[in-house]
Amino acid sequence: MLVAKNISKKFSGIIALDKVNLELLPGRVNAIIGENGAGKSTLMKIFSGVYTEYEGSLLYKGNVVRFSSTKDAEKAGIVIIHQELNLVPQLTIAENIFLGRELLNPFGLLDKPKMKSETKQLLQRVQLNIPPGTPVGKLKVGQQQLVEIARALHTNAELIIMDEPTSAITDREVEHLFKIIDELKAAGKTIVYISHKLKELFLKADRYIVLRDGSTVAAGDMKEVTQDTLIEMMAGRKIVIERNSAAVDSAEPLLELKNISLKNPSVSSAWLVKDVSFTLHKGEILGLYGLMGAGRTELMETLFGLHPKLSSGTVRIDSLPQRLKSPADAVAAGIMLVPEDRKRQGLCLDLAVRPNTSITVLEKLQANGLMISKAKERSLVKEYIKQLNIKTASQETLSRHLSGGNQQKIVIAKWLAKKPKVLLLDGPTRGIDVGAKAELYKLIKELAATGVGIIVVSSEIPEILALAHRVLVMCEGELTGNLPVAEASESGLLQLAIHKN
Amino acid sequence: MSGMSETTITYKQRIKSLQSLIALVVLCILLSVLTDKFFTTDNGLNILRQTAVNICVATGMTLVVLTAGIDLSVGSVLALCGAIAAGLLKNGWVFPSADLYIGFTIFGVLLAAIIAGGVLGWFNGFVITKFKVPPFVATLAMLTIARGLTMLYTKGQPISNLGAKFAFIGAGSFLGIPVPVWIALLVVLLAAFITKQTRLGRYIYAIGGNETAAKFSGINIPKVVIMVYALAGMMAAVGGIIVTSRLDSAQPNAGVSYELDAIAAVVIGGTSLSGGRGTVWGTVMGAIIIGVLNNGLVLLNVSPFWQQVVKGGVILLAVIIDKIGNKND
Repeated sequence: MLVAKNISKKFSGIIALDKVNLELLPGRVNAIIGENGAGKSTLMKIFSGVYTEYEGSLLYKGNVVRFSSTKDAEKAGIVIIHQELNLVPQLTIAENIFLGRELLNPFGLLDKPKMKSETKQLLQRVQLNIPPGTPVGKLKVGQQQLVEIARALHTNAELIIMDEPTSAITDREVEHLFKIIDELKAAGKTIVYISHKLKELFLKADRYIVLRDGSTVAAGDMKEVTQDTLIEMMAGRKIVIERNSAAVDSAEPLLELKNISLKNPSVSSAWLVKDVSFTLHKGEILGLYGLMGAGRTELMETLFGLHPKLSSGTVRIDSLPQRLKSPADAVAAGIMLVPEDRKRQGLCLDLAVRPNTSITVLEKLQANGLMISKAKERSLVKEYIKQLNIKTASQETLSRHLSGGNQQKIVIAKWLAKKPKVLLLDGPTRGIDVGAKAELYKLIKELAATGVGIIVVSSEIPEILALAHRVLVMCEGELTGNLPVAEASESGLLQLAIHKN
Repeated sequence: MSGMSETTITYKQRIKSLQSLIALVVLCILLSVLTDKFFTTDNGLNILRQTAVNICVATGMTLVVLTAGIDLSVGSVLALCGAIAAGLLKNGWVFPSADLYIGFTIFGVLLAAIIAGGVLGWFNGFVITKFKVPPFVATLAMLTIARGLTMLYTKGQPISNLGAKFAFIGAGSFLGIPVPVWIALLVVLLAAFITKQTRLGRYIYAIGGNETAAKFSGINIPKVVIMVYALAGMMAAVGGIIVTSRLDSAQPNAGVSYELDAIAAVVIGGTSLSGGRGTVWGTVMGAIIIGVLNNGLVLLNVSPFWQQVVKGGVILLAVIIDKIGNKND
């Protein structure tokens, strides 16, 4: 059906895919599995014409193809149901399904009755009993996912890619989806199914293909593997990991979380974080591991006071209960966050290094309670540029012009200047080159040695093992593991992170 | 490599910051050549006196625009505050039920008018931050509300004959320079001080540059935004005092469409409407450019209809030059 030959793809120097070879068999459900960052989504985007620049070649039904756009791929019969929904909430179901391929009557106007009746049929196929004229924004996330699927059915696609189709739908809707998959299979369609939920794969998939670090590492018949062997194939890298072997000196509790929960704002009675409790000690580094959507970032944001209305539970620092209703509250309590998306959340890219670094401590730099002392400010910024080895032409260079690693160091510097008690680092080394990574590791360890409590969120197990004294694992909003790093193994952590019920 | 690009960046930035000053100088030279009445002390002071009100209002607008907001209500706030100043000065404050009368000194009415401007601006900021109403809509509502309140307060009639002392504010001179120009200078110095020297100023640029990052830095965004709109209201009130004093009368329809002149000055002065970039001094240049243009076109006997077309063209030109400059970054 579709054969990938030596497909490689780079993003500004970082290799996402490295000579991937695989074959999708027609009329089967092909499961593609791998850890976060293994290259699954990138590969799917190449199959469906989202990314048009890559090395290597695609053979589709025996012919070499190179799609110039998603529309081009759709014409050839390949459609993708994205992980993130791609619907316009203000438009109706029918309008969404026919968006970009509207049916016209002989006068060249929209043929609304026909679109409506066709939509009705499609909705029946996905067992969604809702009038086609309903705005998509009114639907629940799971129902929206079904609309996406209906749209894919309408194109008469021959190869349907489903990227985490069950991430947002209920068990009953999953059953519908499975029925639809059976129907599609019976009609001879080929399906690519991507999911972290291994149990689903064993129910529905015929074949598996394992991606790791941008390469295919294994492929075969689903009947011939077990869950454990799959997990080993996903994780099993040969790199020797240097574990953090330093013991924590103090057993003094610094940050105590009790029953922290966060409601899902878009799905009622669902939780993004559920009943999470743990303790962080002085000078301790906790590694927080989990797959995409496990609720790690949401937990950090809750601690940082970003979800005052949806969260519940108690947070204590030095055994005093804290009221964390805003980032300002959190900072005052000594909790500081180096956010996941440093360009959007960490820095004002159009401001220079100096104001970005000093923004948290301006009140300390005021000479007479009113004016900022530029001299004091410059010497403070100079100190941190030196301490963190930030490579910048000067303090007045725009942050935009710095490399990712140096930008991250500025975000860390602004909090170091504020003297944190607890530092939360969400994916601190994402998109940062190896050298800068090692430097950041050293910095984080040194910081912990001074008594700061640190939580490092990461999708990379080696990173967790290299940094953490203890490892926490989250899955679907819940804490599923809390173990000393000495007892943590790659496959063990992955087991804890994967949904099994 | 980095050293090289560094110097080019700052060089470019310096040119950019001087852009509006250069435009002003070119415009003045051009008008001096075209008409002999332009380049005289009297005419210069005249332009500055006429521009003073817009400078006050536009300076407040600059603070708002730097946070990526907009304040459409300044013209109405100006009218209401001017009316309050005139009304309190002339009639004091009467509470018929308590049989109480409060009289006001000139200093008292100035304070009252500025406080009123601050309260109206505070309300704008409160609605914007508390209920997440877009600034455009919140201040559009205030534009109508404040105008209506002005009509109610003045009963639709001008409040005139405010006395020689009060008239000094708008018509007097100090050291040979019109008092309104001194007042505008004070307002500008205050705003320049705030933006460049204080914590509030830093936060204004940070919020306009990247509100999410500012929030993630622990900045209390509502507090800063409310403060900024309150300042804009107070500066509009100062403009209202000048207008009222100069006319020796509070007109219920004073300040209509002043918000557009203020926004024009801000934009011509190089402040980005998407926030985070720009200076108060740029706005001063922008306001003076508009003043010089108005004055020059009159001196050149250009028809008032054409004057508007030219003014619009200049605004467009300023923004297009700014965009082209940014593209090269």
